Order: sequence, then C-alpha cells, then structure tokens
Amino acid sequence: MKTNNVRAIPGPKAPHSRFVQFWKDYGWAYLFILAPVLLFLIFTLYPVVSAFLMSFQKYNVLHSKWIGFDNYAYMFTDNVFWKSIKNTVIFTVGTVPVNIAITFILAFFIFQMKQSWQTFFKASLYLPAVASGVTISLVWLAIFDPTASGLMNRVIGLFGLDPVLWLGQSNKALFSLMLMSYLGAHGSGIILYLAAMGGIPKSLYEAADIDHASGWTKFSKITWPLLKPTTLYLAVTGVITSFQVFISVYLMTQGGPNFATTTIAYLIYEAAFVFYDFGLASAQSFVLAGLIILVSVIQFKYFSSDIEY
Amino acid sequence: MSKQAKLTLLAIAAAVLMLWVVITIVPLYWMVIGSFQDSKASASFNPQMWPKVWSIAPYERFFTKTNALRWLFNSLFVSAVITVTNLFFATLAGYAFAKLKFPGRNSIFWVLLSTMMIPAQVTLIPLYVLVINVFNLADTYTAIILPSVVTVGNIFLMKQYMSTLPTSLIHAARIDACSEFGIFRKIILPMSKPGLAVLAIFTFVANWNDFFWPLLVTRSDSMRTIQVGLASFRFAESTDYGAIMAGATIGALPMIILFFALQRYFLQGITIGAVKG
Repeated sequence: MKTNNVRAIPGPKAPHSRFVQFWKDYGWAYLFILAPVLLFLIFTLYPVVSAFLMSFQKYNVLHSKWIGFDNYAYMFTDNVFWKSIKNTVIFTVGTVPVNIAITFILAFFIFQMKQSWQTFFKASLYLPAVASGVTISLVWLAIFDPTASGLMNRVIGLFGLDPVLWLGQSNKALFSLMLMSYLGAHGSGIILYLAAMGGIPKSLYEAADIDHASGWTKFSKITWPLLKPTTLYLAVTGVITSFQVFISVYLMTQGGPNFATTTIAYLIYEAAFVFYDFGLASAQSFVLAGLIILVSVIQFKYFSSDIEY
Repeated sequence: MSKQAKLTLLAIAAAVLMLWVVITIVPLYWMVIGSFQDSKASASFNPQMWPKVWSIAPYERFFTKTNALRWLFNSLFVSAVITVTNLFFATLAGYAFAKLKFPGRNSIFWVLLSTMMIPAQVTLIPLYVLVINVFNLADTYTAIILPSVVTVGNIFLMKQYMSTLPTSLIHAARIDACSEFGIFRKIILPMSKPGLAVLAIFTFVANWNDFFWPLLVTRSDSMRTIQVGLASFRFAESTDYGAIMAGATIGALPMIILFFALQRYFLQGITIGAVKG
C-alpha cells in the first residue's frame, strides 16, 4: 500500500500529508468517476428507493398516505393485471426462442458464404434496426391494415385467404405483434453469432473429421455448445426487452381489443400516466422487475451449468 | 462433407437468405412507397407496389400540419448533446475503471453494472416526479437530456475497450511526470478513437430513436422530438396513412443515411458492446 510508504518517510506535517497523499494517489480516479456516481445516486438509487416507498402509498405529490400493502392487494385481485402477466409471458415465450432460432439459422447460413456476401447479408438484415420503434410500429400498423389493401392481407390473399382484422380481433392481436417481431430486425444477433462462429477453432472440426463424425454430430457436439454463451446473451437480453414491450402496444393497439395486448409495461404506463396512480404503478413495476430478475437467474443457471472451456 | 452436399447447402442457404432479406426490407419499402402515393384522394390507403403516379402531397401535408422541422431540430440537438456528454463522461469513467487503481474500484463498478438489470419502469415514476415536480423542468431540453448524460452501458463499453490498451505507455508517461488528465488526453484518447466512434454512433442513434422519456417530459408541441411528434401525428391524423408514412420515412431517413455512411462501425460496434460470455 502506498499510504504505508508515506508514513515510512515522515514529512513535516505527517497526519495532514497522509490525506494529501491519498488525494494525490487516487484523487484523479475519483474525479473521473464522479459524474456517473452522482447520476447513479440521483437518477437510479434514489428513484429505486423512492419507488419502493411509493408502492406502499396512495401517492400524491403534496401529501401521500401510507396504505400498507393495499396497492399490492388490489393488483393481485385485478383481472387486467393477471391478463397483462399472461399476455407478457405468452409474448415472451412465443417470441424469444423463435427469434433466436431464426437468428441462429440465418447466421449459420451466412457463415457458409464468402466474406463479401457475409457483409451484404449482415448489413441488409441489420438495416431495420436503425429505424425507431415508432417508425417500425407505424409501418406495421399500415401493413396490418384490416382492409383487403393492407400488405399482410394481400400476402395471405395470394393463398386464397380472406382479409383478417389483424389488430382488431382479440384472438389475433397479440399474435400479430409476435409476427411483427419474427419478421423484424435480427441483425445484431446474427452479427454476434457470426463473431462467435468465427471464434471456434478449425482444429476441432478437423479432429471430428478424422473420427468420421457426421455433420449433425459436429453441429451438436461442437458448434452448438461453443455458441452457448452467445445464445445465453441473446436469451437474457431478449427476455428483458420483450418483458418491457411497449411502443408497439401504445401505437398500434393501445392494449386492446378487450385487453388482448395489454402487457405489463403498458399496464404500468396506464396506471401511472393515464390514471396518475403512482403507488399502484410502482407496485406493478416491482413485480415486473422481480419477474425479469427471476427469469434471468434461471436462464443463467440453466445455460451456464454445462459451459466448459 | 462431399462437394455435392456442400453445394446443395450453399444453394439452400443463399435462397433462404435472399428470401429473408426481402422479408426484412419489404416493410421499409412499403413505408417509402406508401409515402409517395396520395391516399387522401381515395377512400382508403391502397398503395401500389410501384406507383403509377408519384406524389409528394403526403410530405406536404405532413410538413404543413406539423412542427416537423422543429421536431427534427429538437431530436438532433438532444441526441447531439447526449452523445457529447456520454463521450466525455463514459470515456473518463471507463478509463478509471480499466486502468487506474483506487479503493472501491471493483465494488463501485459492479454496483453501477448491476443497475442495468433494473427495468426502466421501476425508476421511471420517481424520476418523473424528480424532474417535473422537484427540479421543475417540464417541457425543457434539460429534462430530456439529464437522465441520459452518461449511461452505464457506455461506461461498460469504454472499460471493455480501454482494458485492451497497453498499460506500459501509461506507466512511461507517469514516469515522465505527465498529469493523470494529461495521460488521458494525450495517450488514452488518441488510442481509443475506434471505441469512441462506436460509442458516439450508437448513443446518437439510440437517443434519436428514444420515445418514452421525451413523451413523458414534453408538453408543448414545439418541444417534442421527432419520435414523440410522429406518435402524436399518428393519433391526430389516424386515417391519413400516406402522411403518416411520409412522417415515418422522415424520422427514419437520417438514421438510414448514417447507417450506410458508417456501416463498418455499426457492424463492428455490436460485438464490442456485447458482454462476452
């Protein structure tokens, strides 16, 4: 430790210079992280604590009232809350694995291509990701137009099917949002998979060839296990994103019809900024946070148990 | 794999990929092509795959009915400021976490990093109360910018990037009695240019596209960002598909141009930013 060295050579004002020395050694470092730490305290730590307290209050900017667990009690008896949980879980379970599968297959195919084609496919499959959620939602709102002139209805019309009220029917609206997610941008996942595929040593495949391993064996014993960290990353980030799906719901369905697309994030938005019930919204947000953390932990446990290098 | 099988695989791969490229691009094509057809003339939005008559009437309606130029400026200004503050603060902090030793370094870093697990919805309401009621910043640029001045994701990105830089140069500079800030400015920054470029691009795009927070803290029409403005236009003129497509195109176009201009950084940046398993 540097401070010990300072004490070993006593200066004229030993107790004072110890602080000076500490400042000289570490002052810059603390100065460099000062802004993020302050922002963390004000814009993350304080809000988390405050939200926790709010969830036990009938919140009002001027005089809040403590109501114990009433917000939580109300929430758990509210049908719409349970419906929003169900919708969110269906959306997540229905999109994340499918999107990972699509991403993986596309990446695997791109990996077989020459370098210049790889760049072309990476770039064109990434492109929609630079458009905002608002733009994408507005475009899909037009694509799902309920009349026969809507793009999606024209596509199914090619197969002789009648026009569908994609977003206007409670048994199809959530599925329509899922379909939009399947057909959206998979570019960043593809790029991550490609980077990981490029990192698998060629020697492993050569050794497998010597043992006359089949293509499937090579895939299931080499490729897939070695790509697990990437799959885990995509699964965790995918779940976190789809648990918070909001913009498409807000712009395309407003949670309807008949709450068929009300997700937890949309429910929280409504509770907070339509009905201004900040206490209830805070309680709901902690349930969302709990679910996200729970699922992330399970994913880490499940996926990382057999990753070995 | 036999040569025959390899060729078959390549053919299937190429076919699937081309199909998927079409699927991916078609929504954007539909948007652009829809924005050049005047749907107001007919009863419903019935765009042609390739219009017989090109019209800029949807763009005229979008720009005359809205404050779109102001919205674009607001987005540009807010995203640019947030990008600059992130460049400054995230590089300083990333450098400190990667290369400097100080008591509490790892615990502070892990506390910051763990906040990335907290969903935005949890902090949102108190953040809203703080910015609107306590700081009294409703409808200001400051309100939009403040919570994004420096993000943990960017600090993490810069820490990852800077830990790959050689420490020996820093030691040499320290022996030459260069100040810590001098080392940062004269040695670290010049070596970090690719990382800085990636940070700048992704931060700018993310904030240009940001919707929810600007929606909450803006009140007047002239303070909206382009995304918030587009959303309000969608509800105000919900039947004018052509003009909505024109607006959506205007909102996305700057980012699409940016993507084509800086494609290399976009495609490489994703792997730098992701957590290594």
